Amino acid sequence: MSDWSRAVSGFAAEADTGDGHRNRGLEIEELLLFEQDAPGRSGVDWPEPPAVADRLGGMRREGAIGLPGLSEPQVIRHYTRLSQKNYGIDTGIYPLGSCTMKHNPRLNEKMARLPGFADLHPLQPPATVKGALALIDTLAHWLKALTGMPAVAMSPAAGAHGELCGMMCIHAALEARGERRKRVLVPESAHGTNPATAATCGYAVDPIPAGDAGRVDLAALRAKLGPDVAAIMLTSPNTCGLFESEMRAIAAAVHGAGAFFYLDGANFNALMGRVRPGDLGIDAMHLNLHKTFSTPHGGGGPGSGPVVLAESLARFAPLPWLVHDGDGFRLIEHAEGEAAATIGRIKGFHGQIGMFVRALAFIMSHGADGLRQASGDAVLNANYVLASLQDVLTASYPGPAMHEVLFDDRFLHDTGVSTLDFAKAMIDEGFHPMTMYFPLIVHGALLVEPTENESKAGLDRFIAVMRSLAERAKAGEAEFFHTAPHLAPRRRLDETAAARKPVLRWRKPAQAAAE
Amino acid sequence: MSDVRYTKTHEWVRVEGDEAVIGITDYAQTQLGDVVYVELPEPGRRLEKDKEAGVVESVKAASEIFAPVSGEVRAVNAALAEDPARVNTDAEGAGWFFKLKLADATELGGLLDAAAYKKFVEGLA
Amino acid sequence: MRYLSLTDDDRRVMLATIGAARIDDLYRDVPTDALLDRPLDLPCGMGELAVERALATLAARNVAAGSVPFFLGAGTYRHHVPAAVDYIVQRGEFLTSYTPYQPEIAQGTLQALFEYQTQLALITGMDVANASLYDGATATAEAAMMANRLTRRKKVILGGGLHPHYAETVATYAHFNGFTVVARPPDPAASDDPAVLIDGETSCVIVQNPGIFGQVRDFGALAASCHKAGALMVVVVAEAVSLGLVKPPGAMAADIVAGEGQSLGNAIGFGGPHLGLFATRDHHMRQMPGRLVGETHDAEGRRGYVLTLSAREQHIRREKATSNICTNSGLCALGFAAHLALLGESGFTRLAALNHAAAVALAERLEGVPGVRIVNDSFFNEFTLRLPRQAAAVVDALAAKGVLAGVPASRFWPDRPELADLLLVAATETNTEAEMDNFAAALREQLR
Repeated sequence: MSDWSRAVSGFAAEADTGDGHRNRGLEIEELLLFEQDAPGRSGVDWPEPPAVADRLGGMRREGAIGLPGLSEPQVIRHYTRLSQKNYGIDTGIYPLGSCTMKHNPRLNEKMARLPGFADLHPLQPPATVKGALALIDTLAHWLKALTGMPAVAMSPAAGAHGELCGMMCIHAALEARGERRKRVLVPESAHGTNPATAATCGYAVDPIPAGDAGRVDLAALRAKLGPDVAAIMLTSPNTCGLFESEMRAIAAAVHGAGAFFYLDGANFNALMGRVRPGDLGIDAMHLNLHKTFSTPHGGGGPGSGPVVLAESLARFAPLPWLVHDGDGFRLIEHAEGEAAATIGRIKGFHGQIGMFVRALAFIMSHGADGLRQASGDAVLNANYVLASLQDVLTASYPGPAMHEVLFDDRFLHDTGVSTLDFAKAMIDEGFHPMTMYFPLIVHGALLVEPTENESKAGLDRFIAVMRSLAERAKAGEAEFFHTAPHLAPRRRLDETAAARKPVLRWRKPAQAAAE
Repeated sequence: MSDVRYTKTHEWVRVEGDEAVIGITDYAQTQLGDVVYVELPEPGRRLEKDKEAGVVESVKAASEIFAPVSGEVRAVNAALAEDPARVNTDAEGAGWFFKLKLADATELGGLLDAAAYKKFVEGLA
Repeated sequence: MRYLSLTDDDRRVMLATIGAARIDDLYRDVPTDALLDRPLDLPCGMGELAVERALATLAARNVAAGSVPFFLGAGTYRHHVPAAVDYIVQRGEFLTSYTPYQPEIAQGTLQALFEYQTQLALITGMDVANASLYDGATATAEAAMMANRLTRRKKVILGGGLHPHYAETVATYAHFNGFTVVARPPDPAASDDPAVLIDGETSCVIVQNPGIFGQVRDFGALAASCHKAGALMVVVVAEAVSLGLVKPPGAMAADIVAGEGQSLGNAIGFGGPHLGLFATRDHHMRQMPGRLVGETHDAEGRRGYVLTLSAREQHIRREKATSNICTNSGLCALGFAAHLALLGESGFTRLAALNHAAAVALAERLEGVPGVRIVNDSFFNEFTLRLPRQAAAVVDALAAKGVLAGVPASRFWPDRPELADLLLVAATETNTEAEMDNFAAALREQLR
């Protein structure tokens, strides 16, 4: 070893405090907030409260809470260091299939923070929030026009919440008809929220198999229809990245059986400005503003899941309703008048307004022409990936794909490398892995969705790396894959231990038993 | 020597007197991966053949356990709460799930014996 | 278009690689008559300046809370969020990352959420918390369903101090999920004792503290009544800052805590996105809905964090999941955590004390207005006024004079004339004495 490397490794040994904390260049190990406490310290200066006789009714909190005290610079450093261990869309391609990890424009953030939006209370007199009501209406108008549907429920807080909203409306519509149907049909390739939502609504879930072409088997679907089927929950493009070309036939069959057609709109990014699901016979569909319309994923949320509704379901939409009133708007917050048949509230206040501002900024920036270009580029990028990789990875279905492309692990057969191992090796190459093991209908699924924002150069780099990894797997480098990632802030984490002995919070270490 | 029977949903049953000891097979645990938690039926509960009796969870999956025979739950393997790993290390021994008072011994007749189960599993590969 | 990186040359080359003549050809699985051949009849794309102007015009038609004396609460509260918080939540690595399913490159999100879970457990006095739900109302509905699963019962009792939006949301979920709700009437006098309704069918009693009318109560006796009958007590907290001064649910033997976290680190935002809080006791851990972050170690023995107990969730259990929830309110939880990290123990307790002092100061002024009475025996930062006439009309009149005076009870309960003269009023650390004087004077003038 040279002197230099000896010096570096010597330093590293000193910095190793025995609990694995070792900085690596700009990646700095960061303790928990609770491990940096100094009692009495605070990062916020508030004046001493005036001495008042309290009116708490004797309910004053006793004892310490246990929150740690840090200064502002310590807190800023804490979160800055943590952020440096995170991969984001801002870092690089984030090809998670069915998540639509598109660019999160900063204009969205600036607009959402305008005091005229951010500093508004939902229960202010409506005369003082005319602009906010107009904003909701403008977004609602765009969503209805893009989907070709006459009505929209704006309040659901996320996609799964929108699914619940849609299924509750369907349930209510059937109740209004005096019918008690118990079954919901869900393709085997569906996202887990679909059956979970159906079950939450009290339905039994009946899976429909996919045909050889990766689409719903229409004959199987027809065979399962009956007077006890309330609805089908379909996704199109589906989770294999394929458009369900028989949507009209499906709609006809479903309606013919007196049931409703719910569409999971998670993959709407392929269709924006080019296809209106309303033209194909759907009754309800949720949109994910945090997917198709660029509101940020924020490490897992918040989302926003408005649900477009056909006339047959519109009157059951949850409160509140926003209706035109002269040249302005009125909020209907109770089940009366035209909203008498509403299913009621499914959350507090009016909806995810902060996400509406962001989505509208995105939509206005693109316009009808730009949205159409964006969906086209999303589909182009996915097909470019398919065409460039199909000889070395195994595509599950022949193209063309829509905005995402599905591979399976047949290309890894006999290599000893699993889809998981392959994904972990991608991390070392600077990529976030694609969606793995979903959908369930192929083995070891790899679902790649590049989105419209990727440059050709970025895609070429991604393709080259995927080719190289596939070749290395086939060349017998299984050990490398098994131990990946090597270069990330953490190596593989022991998820078994985490689940067997769950530690879901920090606790103050017990005092030494005896001094 | 107590006789062990098997189901196509990968449970095993070992009869000891009027009791049936039940668990999942070694094949099942290899499919599940590291077991992290087992949801067991409460003592006193009546289980029906082929109906759900509990759930076995790994990190990435959750599988129902079905009662291979009917009966009232007499005991559960309390050690699994602290050490679910024994389902992986000794699925057909120390990793047992629960014991039933056999309601109807004739139900055993319809189950697979060791050779038949082995053949069934080979066919799954 | 500025967000699209492909050039026309790129598109040509890529189409050639694919073997398609045009992008439209890639849509050949769509029925041709459903494939639009031109842009929809909607506005074209705009540059950033034009979008800013259009949205700023909409924003300008609203009366922002900070621009006038402002005293609304009723489930979402105006607090001062330190500048550092907004800086933290806008770091691209937090803002633009996804759910941390690849933990090796998501330790930032995971550790921040682990800390958030700890903070929430500490301030509520409970054992364990999840990584957030959508909002207080849906968190309450999830709490009801969790109690139903744990007790195997189906009757939920709602106290008369529960936020009506939360009560309505629980009722909606109950109707479709197949459980029943017994809702106590709104209880401004805070005299209601839901314990009288508990029986062998009750899965839980849900009460809010401070209540919707602002009262602060001790529900320890109610917890005992619940437990005696094999039921659970759910305590809802709609104003998270109250936990800095008021006895927490954990000290009242609550089994589950559901609530709203918007007050810390998040703007009111016209009602969303907000932050659903959820906490419980250790032995109920596995029945919790939503994501959970757990501690573990990596292959080199270093401490790290992962999502755990995932087998409860929809992507694994599907129709048998504890909830259908997928997306949480992660970025809002980060804002909450960062704000609480900055405050620390001394800052948080001081902030709470300032809120109470502000409410006391406001109460004294308003009690001095002829005809106005405060209904509450106790309050934290919100209380209820009984006015000598309909509160809604008074609020509208004051709004026209530039004072946002509070939420009239009739906004929530238009069909209860006995509540029509009640006004819910909140005061926080953001209200100055001058604003309070202004409010009192305007009210006095209005009621003359």
